[in-house]
Amino acid sequence: MESDTPCDDGYTLASLVPVVAASAVQNACKLCAPLGASLVFKGIAGGVPLLHGSQGCSTYIRRYLISHFKEPMDIACSNFGEQTAVFGGGANLQLALENVCRQYAPALIGVATTCLSETIGDDVPMFIKTFLAAVPESARPPIVHVSTPSYQGSHMEGFHRAVRAVLGALAQGRGGEATIQVNLLPGLLSPADLRHLKEMAAAFGLQAMVLPDYSDTLDGGQWESYQRIPPGGTPLQDIIAAGNAAATIELGHTLAAERDTAATDLQTRCGVPARRLGLPVGIRHTDALLQALAEISGRPVPDIYQAQRGRLLDTLVDGHKHVNTVRAALYGEADLVAGLAAFMAEIGIHPVVCASGGAGRRLAPVLHQLVPARQHAGMTILEGADFATIEEAVAGARPDLIVGHSKGYAMARRLGIPLVQVGFPIHDRMGGPRLLHVGYEGAACLFDRLANALIETRQAASPVGYTYM
Amino acid sequence: MTSIPLLREREKQIHDKAGGAPFEMACDRHSLAGSVSQRACVFCGSRVVLYPIADALHLVHGPIGCAAYTWDIRGALSSGPQLHRMSFSTDLGEREVIFGGEKRLYKALTELIAAYRPKAAFVYSTCIVGIIGDDVAAVCRRVEKEQAIPVLPVHSEGFKGTKKDGYKAACDALFGLVGTGDTTDIAPVSINILGEFNIGGEAWLIRRYYEQMGVQVVSVLTGDGRVDDVRRAHGATLNVVQCSGAMTFLAEQMQARFGIPYIRASYFGLEDTAKALYDVAAHFSDHPDVRARTETLVREAVAAVMPELRRIRAVLEGKCAAVYVGGAFKVFSLIKALRLIGMRVVLAGSQTGNADDYAHMRALCDPDTVILDDANPLELSRFVVEKGADLFIGGVKERPIAYKLGLGFCDHNHERKTPLAGFEGMRNFAREVHLSVTSPVWEIVKQSSFKC
Repeated sequence: MESDTPCDDGYTLASLVPVVAASAVQNACKLCAPLGASLVFKGIAGGVPLLHGSQGCSTYIRRYLISHFKEPMDIACSNFGEQTAVFGGGANLQLALENVCRQYAPALIGVATTCLSETIGDDVPMFIKTFLAAVPESARPPIVHVSTPSYQGSHMEGFHRAVRAVLGALAQGRGGEATIQVNLLPGLLSPADLRHLKEMAAAFGLQAMVLPDYSDTLDGGQWESYQRIPPGGTPLQDIIAAGNAAATIELGHTLAAERDTAATDLQTRCGVPARRLGLPVGIRHTDALLQALAEISGRPVPDIYQAQRGRLLDTLVDGHKHVNTVRAALYGEADLVAGLAAFMAEIGIHPVVCASGGAGRRLAPVLHQLVPARQHAGMTILEGADFATIEEAVAGARPDLIVGHSKGYAMARRLGIPLVQVGFPIHDRMGGPRLLHVGYEGAACLFDRLANALIETRQAASPVGYTYM
Repeated sequence: MTSIPLLREREKQIHDKAGGAPFEMACDRHSLAGSVSQRACVFCGSRVVLYPIADALHLVHGPIGCAAYTWDIRGALSSGPQLHRMSFSTDLGEREVIFGGEKRLYKALTELIAAYRPKAAFVYSTCIVGIIGDDVAAVCRRVEKEQAIPVLPVHSEGFKGTKKDGYKAACDALFGLVGTGDTTDIAPVSINILGEFNIGGEAWLIRRYYEQMGVQVVSVLTGDGRVDDVRRAHGATLNVVQCSGAMTFLAEQMQARFGIPYIRASYFGLEDTAKALYDVAAHFSDHPDVRARTETLVREAVAAVMPELRRIRAVLEGKCAAVYVGGAFKVFSLIKALRLIGMRVVLAGSQTGNADDYAHMRALCDPDTVILDDANPLELSRFVVEKGADLFIGGVKERPIAYKLGLGFCDHNHERKTPLAGFEGMRNFAREVHLSVTSPVWEIVKQSSFKC
């Protein structure tokens, strides 16, 4: 529905070119830590996230996530008032936990702190202990606490910390029946990606514990009646059994460079060997994941993946001239950028700008391993970057393509460079949760979209109006 | 569906006639911890009000979240500068939390003002600024002196009250600008439009009406807003306040200091739009030409949209709607607007209504309409199903409730891109409701299983 007011004439982004500033962040390319933690808790069966902070924290995060996932996103809040900030948040957290239990009957509550509760120094583990002591054991859901002040790291730190906290609190040590054979810690991927990874593990006959698994909770079907908590998610008993698994696969190139992660914790505490791989984006890293699954299961790679791989390679051959030597700018979470860069290296796309809002300082060394040495000189790597900085670099590099989430649209539009939307958030297109990035099929989807964006640009620019391209 | 329990502490904020209780609403209070309120915080209230001022710098002082979540999310259009669509944050880190953020704020302000040359700067305090004790006002005063533009602190720490307190903090900041500009060319028949944020170009529509009536619009606060217009707003002879929850504070301050009276208005629906324009004409009753032009305008505008509204009404007659939005005044208008297209409101509620608002809402609704204050998603879900709504009118957070349960939906929040105010806006509203309610998709989703 278009408006018939003069708004469209004045509606231009051209007058809004950001200027790089040293002391302020302009148009952030990151979100705050509690968002990442909320996403993890949404991926646990019967899980309800509870933010210990102001009402706005949960409401803003809910709205941001809803706009991407288009699913109900109940995130509770202890709702600080002035009194709370002065006297501490114990009473509010207590009440919030009670109310969440009464309304949602959750299987797990994930309490994530915020900058407010961290700054006033609330002792959240103690509050939780007090709460649990007053509740009869039968009515007591497990409560996991994760420290996520928004002044420390980005949403990705919040995400990984929450995964670590959940396993740290719930996974039991060796002993008992090994119901889970492999733990899969995928990182921040789309629901479609999570489904694909689960299918992969199942194809090897492996019982996998995928954490988080919001493939159903945040990409579910229609409801005949309202669900207090959307069905799906990682079953609690699987998380408890994670310490008995034969291996933990943790995905993410830069995460693999971290010393302590959820996977290393499990290795140290329960002796579950950690296999730390890059995101399986593209051929080689999908090969590596399938290889790992083959070794863990003792079974060969199922035929279906040979077929998918064959189709992918055939697609890459068919379209190789569209993409070879093309120059692209990538931005987003460090691990997604690294994964995309690795795939691009396989098809001849030069990642001339690789940017992340996170300041993990792991992206550069990782990219130098993944991208051919001859391209290093022409590659600008930005960490802790905002969109003003990214835009300056992209404007200088003049790539043929920009690849990243919706928040780079204004930049792409100003620079007149096509944007291929991937990752999170997708706020300006349908289907964000269904975008497939991983596996051979994900690579084929990505390849088609990259090549088609280039073809479309050439087609539109041609005065001839070709119907064959 | 009754398996969704209501929280005991919330029972007095839910009025369901089916219960037979006398009408009494315990509203205007802090949200209940753990209840998943649809409200945001003080910061949000301030950000909403000031956001559309397009030639000002809006700097959020705090860690990154608050700025990131409010970057370019509103449909508030500008006819010129677009600075309001940028997101600026001091992105406080651990270092500032320990040692204070004043230095960083000073540097950020100085640098950004030098780079963008705004007409004024607003500095929003977020939660932790109130805790770490930064003297934001002092930094603002210093930069104001050095840069020679108004630099206004907005006391919007998220936890210091509710969204309404954020409105008030924004009005306080605006009031620091009002009265500092030149008013020489302002006619006696002149108004300010308050509480109109130019979502999808609504302020332009409304301004055009007033100009057709022969009424000069001095300033729109804050839709398509400019700092210089705010500064000379005291030159108008009447304030017309929409979204009264947000900007009555400013109208009252302007009345006290400048003696400018104010009236309330709503531009949603034909009835309320016409009433708003006639009320303004009545205020200028010593200019009978204004009244005459208003009559012509309303007659022609209503005639232009009525045929289509009648066609839509024929399709929607008898359908039921749930309305849950931020402000109670919008609910009043929507009840009437829905009635015009044949729809009955079975659930009505708001985030920020007060006791008078709910009494009025009760009077406007059917006896069996459930009324909710500061509701949560489970309550809304339970009642839209119980009451058999076909349509939900709300914002982004209400949309998935509607869609999961198979209801049509109309976004009436600030993220929308379509003007729903004024006479043309009523037509757009009716079209959007029709578009959603009549989709064949609702029939398909009702077929719950495969038919072989």
